[in-house]
Amino acid sequence: MPEPSLNPDPLLHVRGLAFARNDEPVFGPLDFALDRGETLLVEGDNGSGKTTLLRTLAGMLPPSAGEIRFDGQRISRDAIAGRMVFLGHHPGMKSDLSPCENLMFLSGLYSAREGVDIESALARVDLAAYAHTPLRLLSAGQKKRAALARLALLSGELWLLDEPYANLDRHGIELVNALISMHCARGGATLLTSHGAVRFADPNARHVRLELGTESTVRE
Amino acid sequence: MSRSYLPHWVHWLGSPPNFYRFAGALRPWLFWSTLVLGAIGLYGGLVLAPSDYQQGDAYRIIFIHVPCAWMSLFAYGCMAAAALIALVWRIKLAEVIAMECAPVGAAFTFVTLVTGSLWGKPMWGTWWTWDARLTSELVLLFLYFGVIGLFNAIEDRRRAARAASLLALVGIVNLPIVHYSVVWWNTLHQGSTVNLFGQSHISADMLWPLLLMALATHLYFFASVLNRARVGLLAVEGGKDWARGLVAESANA
Amino acid sequence: MVALVQSETTVQTPGALTAARALLRRELLLAWRRRNDALFPVLYAIIVTALFPFALGPEPQLLARVSGGVLLVTVLLAMLPTLESMFRGDLEDGSLEQMLLAPQPLALLALARIAGYWLSTTLPLIVVAPLLALLLHLPLDVLPVLLAALLLATPLLALLGAVLAALTAATRRSAILLALMLLPLAVPVVIFAAGAVAAAQSGLPHSAPLLWLAAALVLALVLAPLACAAALRIAVET
Repeated sequence: MPEPSLNPDPLLHVRGLAFARNDEPVFGPLDFALDRGETLLVEGDNGSGKTTLLRTLAGMLPPSAGEIRFDGQRISRDAIAGRMVFLGHHPGMKSDLSPCENLMFLSGLYSAREGVDIESALARVDLAAYAHTPLRLLSAGQKKRAALARLALLSGELWLLDEPYANLDRHGIELVNALISMHCARGGATLLTSHGAVRFADPNARHVRLELGTESTVRE
Repeated sequence: MSRSYLPHWVHWLGSPPNFYRFAGALRPWLFWSTLVLGAIGLYGGLVLAPSDYQQGDAYRIIFIHVPCAWMSLFAYGCMAAAALIALVWRIKLAEVIAMECAPVGAAFTFVTLVTGSLWGKPMWGTWWTWDARLTSELVLLFLYFGVIGLFNAIEDRRRAARAASLLALVGIVNLPIVHYSVVWWNTLHQGSTVNLFGQSHISADMLWPLLLMALATHLYFFASVLNRARVGLLAVEGGKDWARGLVAESANA
Repeated sequence: MVALVQSETTVQTPGALTAARALLRRELLLAWRRRNDALFPVLYAIIVTALFPFALGPEPQLLARVSGGVLLVTVLLAMLPTLESMFRGDLEDGSLEQMLLAPQPLALLALARIAGYWLSTTLPLIVVAPLLALLLHLPLDVLPVLLAALLLATPLLALLGAVLAALTAATRRSAILLALMLLPLAVPVVIFAAGAVAAAQSGLPHSAPLLWLAAALVLALVLAPLACAAALRIAVET
């Protein structure tokens, strides 16, 4: 069990969050809180609004209703700057560059974890052998692991992961789980989505099931 | 965001169902006054006003050309103001009004260009001339087309309105720059262009029909935009109760 | 455990200039990897320029008269295809999201991106410009003015075009839309740039339009990245 944090505010607190596009409800209203050391798994079928939820939490989409609080403050660019790592649907990396070059770029924008450099981050995701191969020559699983290297390298308390298990084999899935466990043990919080085909390994993780346009409950 | 400095009726009007009813009530007044004033103005300009000393009767097209030119710029100003409100405060009504100003403004610009061309033919023997003002109007038409095109190219109506609003604001910064550069360009390439608008002093007999036409076109602009905005609002708010209520009402009537 | 969290939050995020440099470096690296793509605008410019004598006749005086204007328009047109796809790739592979989430100001990152674009795509066009000028019999003493006009006009067009490219990044048929939107913005730039060359050719003073271009460029360097950032935020909301 993760230790209780000294900070009384949950890292992420969501109240009445809803999103609608062209007046069609996409998800919500949602209420949940995520404390340090916790992991929240958002499940739902394809098209249930998981990706939209994650993008709204990251601040890319404005919610139609409700509010998001990060560490007690309303979510804003300054509040989350450098404290969140987002893994979207797309790898977020340039396919003409190698994983090493991509990570070098990222470390110019974000701060790296103490004691971690690019080589060790790539080794953590078992990509050391392909560190200098352009991404477009790698397989889908390898590309995903290159994107995951970001999690090993960068510092950030809140992880927002959209379908982190997609394109991965069993070994890759174990890798993701290992990364998340270590992140929790360090006091970070993770929110990830999955379409339900993969069960999260940690029995302590809380689940939220999202259906399109309906209320959702948090299953402990 | 604090709205305490705005008068109460602005909040009331900003609500889509209220605006819909208000605009609907205003519509017949605006259209009829446009017709009446326009008729009087045209009669004054085409029949009552004397022939021009230099240009004969061909000058009479200014009673349409000039008010339309003024309106093409006024419409862009309205569009830019609504666009600013839409971008900063994300108010749905402002988005709708900004987008509906564009086609009306484009229509006025087009009429300005056509009437300018019609004026040029008897005066200078050419259907088109790269006169400073006509050229600026042509660029303005492209600005309108850009806004309309961008708005129609994006699926999500609200996002489309915001993107097109940003474009409209970029355009309004560009407008005076274009005008100045075209004037400079005309002076640089002397002798290859003609100036369509000579230095003529306008007599009172010609002035009052012109001003009346200007008023009529303003009223037409408001009538048209309000009418289009009602439709635009329905398109954006189609799922809401008040919109469905309207459909039920008209079905029962 | 909590102590580790504390030390994480006190790690410094890289400053704005570091981030901008990192982005610029990445753009130049990408341009080098795809260096064959940079050939296309240059080839296009050469082909179009070469077609004009066939269209107008080989008489040197006539060609010299139109050369400045033709070259400027050709360079502008050659920029269009690459301008249109400036942010499309970033949107599709998720890099744009990462840029948006970066702690540094998006406007500065956008400026670095545009600078990378100009250096990799448009600078080759300027390098080729003397060759094109030769094909159209542009008088040699006017060539410096042409190059100055290009050096001022092309970054200006890149900045303005980037705002438009950001607005159309998520749309289809964006090439047509971009050209339509770019024309009103390009008119003053073309007027002043070509005007400077024409004035120089007639022996008239030509510094005024160049100074106007410089002033516009300075203004655009400040304002265009801000507009571009706003447009990118709208584009990402897909």
